[in-house]
Amino acid sequence: MTVAEQPLIPESVTAPSAHAALAVRGVHVWRGDRHVLEGVSFAVQAGELMHVAGPNGTGKTTLLRVICGLLAPEQGSVEWRGVPITAQRSEYQAELAYASHEPALKADLSALENLRFSVGLKRRVSDADLRTELDRAGVGACADLPARVLSAGQRRRVAMARVLAMRATLWVLDEPFTNLDAHGARFLCGLLAAHSDAGGLALVVAHQELDLTRRVLRLELS
Amino acid sequence: MTVGTPRAMTVVLRRELTLSLRRPDQILQPLVFFLMVTTLFPLSLSPEPQLLRELAPGVLWVAALLAALLSMDGLFRGDADDGTLEQLALSGQSLAAIVVAKTVAHWLVSGAALVLVSPFVALALGIPVGAFAPMLSSLALGTLTLSWLGAIGAGLTVGLKRGNVLLSLIVLPLSMPLLIFGASATDRAITGGSAAGPLYLLAALCVLTSTLAPFAATAALRITLE
Repeated sequence: MTVAEQPLIPESVTAPSAHAALAVRGVHVWRGDRHVLEGVSFAVQAGELMHVAGPNGTGKTTLLRVICGLLAPEQGSVEWRGVPITAQRSEYQAELAYASHEPALKADLSALENLRFSVGLKRRVSDADLRTELDRAGVGACADLPARVLSAGQRRRVAMARVLAMRATLWVLDEPFTNLDAHGARFLCGLLAAHSDAGGLALVVAHQELDLTRRVLRLELS
Repeated sequence: MTVGTPRAMTVVLRRELTLSLRRPDQILQPLVFFLMVTTLFPLSLSPEPQLLRELAPGVLWVAALLAALLSMDGLFRGDADDGTLEQLALSGQSLAAIVVAKTVAHWLVSGAALVLVSPFVALALGIPVGAFAPMLSSLALGTLTLSWLGAIGAGLTVGLKRGNVLLSLIVLPLSMPLLIFGASATDRAITGGSAAGPLYLLAALCVLTSTLAPFAATAALRITLE
């Protein structure tokens, strides 16, 4: 199967509830003597996309980890729907999908099994649903292949299928365009647009511009 | 529909067992080590049955402890290296519950498997069949306790490139009571005494570690994730 058979702009991928909003207030993070994040503040409302940009080593991934709650900032807070995320960890995580640098796939499991076990911790999901999401991400034909034999781009797409399958309101994507071909990049932009149309929020770390026909908030770290 | 903790633990347990079955070498390595070490003793010492029987409890337990150490480092390392640990931490489920499921799965493929092959080793070392029940009970309790101790050690060292030596340094001193009570239970069973005392102490250690270790290992993993 070729990826060209996939629709460029998929149908709605999420059904987020209204008034979803993420607020980052005065976040400071030190790494040893380095002041990595110096008072970062911003807000993202339902339906908005934010492009986090900046040179290497400026703390983009650190910021995403703070937003996910993996890293506690020395100062400042992250609020979801007006409540600090530390006060509602599991509720917040239920609405969050994080795709890190690493695709987080087990080489010995098939793409479908990888999704079954990771999405299965968030919500009850059938194999048919997961195959649909893999199809949407353009890797339906690889569903039963071990992740070991997939190319880096295909693994990235499987990781994206996991984000879709989680039905999360807030997407936090760390360099999702890495290893994707031109069609894959356009397809990912289509997914982001559809997510935004459905009222979802997304934070995307990317070194390239997001090719979207809509307003994208931009946070430049330096 | 959200997923409850028991279902989430089942999902993690199934994932771990599936992964282990796909990589049987990881299950076999500690078992082969256990069999080899225990077989080397009769070869290097005198094959005198009386002498072997006297040494058997110590040989059995030291080999079991070292075999358990072999597999401990892999408990969280694979997940930390490929980013799965972050996904588990952000799954909305209790990380402690996930740690419990992972540790139980680890025990099933390492400790329980070792208990299953130990009768063959016991026969080779001349342990009478009548002593098998206390010996197997002591090994089952001991290896499960070792898995819990291993979870704490693996959680603390998973962020280090070569944490295996440090892991041994953390776990070995903590496992000394297991070695003493486990070997004592087996020895008493062989010599016809009552093994109840050391077995109760092993059971108490097992309960203590299985209630506290998940939280300690979770705290260690959270530090690693930062």
